[in-house]
Amino acid sequence: MKRRGLFFLQLGFTLFVCAFLIVPMILSIMAGLTVNYFVGIESGLTLRWVMEVWNGYRDTIFLSIGLALACLAATLVLGIPAAYVLAKRQNALTRAIEELLVMPVAVPGLATALALIVTYGSLSGFRTSWAFILVGHVLFTLPFMVRSVLAVLMAIDLKTLEEGAASLGAGFWERFRDIVLPNCRQGILAGSLMVVTLSMGEFNMTWLLHTPFTKTLPVGLADAYASLRLEIGSAYTLVFFIMIVPLLLAMQAFAKPRPAKFVAEETE
Amino acid sequence: MRNELRRLIFLLLPAGIFFAGFFLLPMARLFFIGGSGKTGWAAYAAILTDSNYFNSLLSTLAVAAATTAATLIISGISGVFLQRNRFPGNGMLVAMLTFPLAFPGVVIGFMVIMLAGRQGLIGQVTQALTGEKLVFAYTLSGLFMGYVYFSIPRTILTVMAAAEKLDPKLEEAARSLGASPWRVVLDVIIPGLKPAFISAGAICFATAVGAFGTAFTLAAKINVLPMVIYTEFTLSANIAMAAALSFVLGAVTWIVLALARTAAGSSVAAAG
Repeated sequence: MKRRGLFFLQLGFTLFVCAFLIVPMILSIMAGLTVNYFVGIESGLTLRWVMEVWNGYRDTIFLSIGLALACLAATLVLGIPAAYVLAKRQNALTRAIEELLVMPVAVPGLATALALIVTYGSLSGFRTSWAFILVGHVLFTLPFMVRSVLAVLMAIDLKTLEEGAASLGAGFWERFRDIVLPNCRQGILAGSLMVVTLSMGEFNMTWLLHTPFTKTLPVGLADAYASLRLEIGSAYTLVFFIMIVPLLLAMQAFAKPRPAKFVAEETE
Repeated sequence: MRNELRRLIFLLLPAGIFFAGFFLLPMARLFFIGGSGKTGWAAYAAILTDSNYFNSLLSTLAVAAATTAATLIISGISGVFLQRNRFPGNGMLVAMLTFPLAFPGVVIGFMVIMLAGRQGLIGQVTQALTGEKLVFAYTLSGLFMGYVYFSIPRTILTVMAAAEKLDPKLEEAARSLGASPWRVVLDVIIPGLKPAFISAGAICFATAVGAFGTAFTLAAKINVLPMVIYTEFTLSANIAMAAALSFVLGAVTWIVLALARTAAGSSVAAAG
């Protein structure tokens, strides 16, 4: 009987925590669709605010999508070979390299952005282009790609697979293309989802790296929150939700068998 | 064999060059610029000697510590509960709790405004109940609320993964020996989850120390270190001081994560 009471106590608590996370999202979505949030939902529903966001901030949406895709391409090219090397050789040196690669995630984005600005800020062509933001995003997301691929490579018997292929006469690049890549596609897919999601939402670095001509979605959001009415800020947030929610759902579906993978990344 | 080594180095090269050119080199430069201001290398000590910086360091650490404690308690209770009890709707709750996982800090800040801002839900409810409007979004309490909001999803995932590996037989044994539910939690479950608590807690702490977006959305008046760095850099154009402070901030978060990794015996990475 006592354990039953405990069950409902815990359930109630968990429901409360859920409400804490979900209620503000619902409020914000409603605010973005009501004529006047201060008056309440009685003032009627409208798409006016969403249209205003679309007209005023459309460019930030396209820039963010473009950046996320470019970031994905870069992390694939840089990250997969690196993960392969780290899986192949496990010694103090590769562990140190892995450690270093994760540093941009551990160090606050503000510090990384300042470091980039003091070093490359004077190259004006680079400073004002979106490539400057891309560099920051790649630094921040690369560890997630590397770790995600590395986790899969460590779980399979890479050595035997490669030896088998080699004994049948496959050269290195053939083995890489036909054995290594197909075997770690789970990790590549999971890593890609993470990279795109994080790049779309990155703000800490981007706020310092952006210029008036290279505003990303989160930068536009901060703008709108600071200077426009609550309804427009909410409508903009709604647009952001629409873009990011499919990615988050895909990530959740993916994470089910191994929920911890994206979080603590326990490689040992 | 030689050939293979050369190939591995070749494969590591793109990431290596990128990383050296865009992280190691800039960080080294940031370090030297931090020492190049009016006060020279003393800028690195200013965080302790200058009372303004020191106070903001203290409030940053206090908010981060409070966030970590609250998040671990909340996620510990709900995470273990959801892992242990399978009931209809369980998956739905887990999905809802982990949903804000990748929200940026600015959006989190806006969520806090929706709850505790001038037109927020808490204000409306308290006004209806007591006649007085409770608004705390634009203070350190609002920031604390935002960081807890942000940290719950990732912490709950870590706790659930660790709880899955706990042996229920140990709890049964404790219970059959007459331990109260409270004692079981204290002597069996919490020690079993300790590594997960340490690594998730370190991530919480480091993220809360370094995060910027939430404070930026809530108010410029919140006196935490990332906001101070931002003000030094943009308003005062004191680049040397901003560099020194952000280098120190980076070192603090990195050390916290490194210590946690040694203590928990697994790799820890922050995000956000």
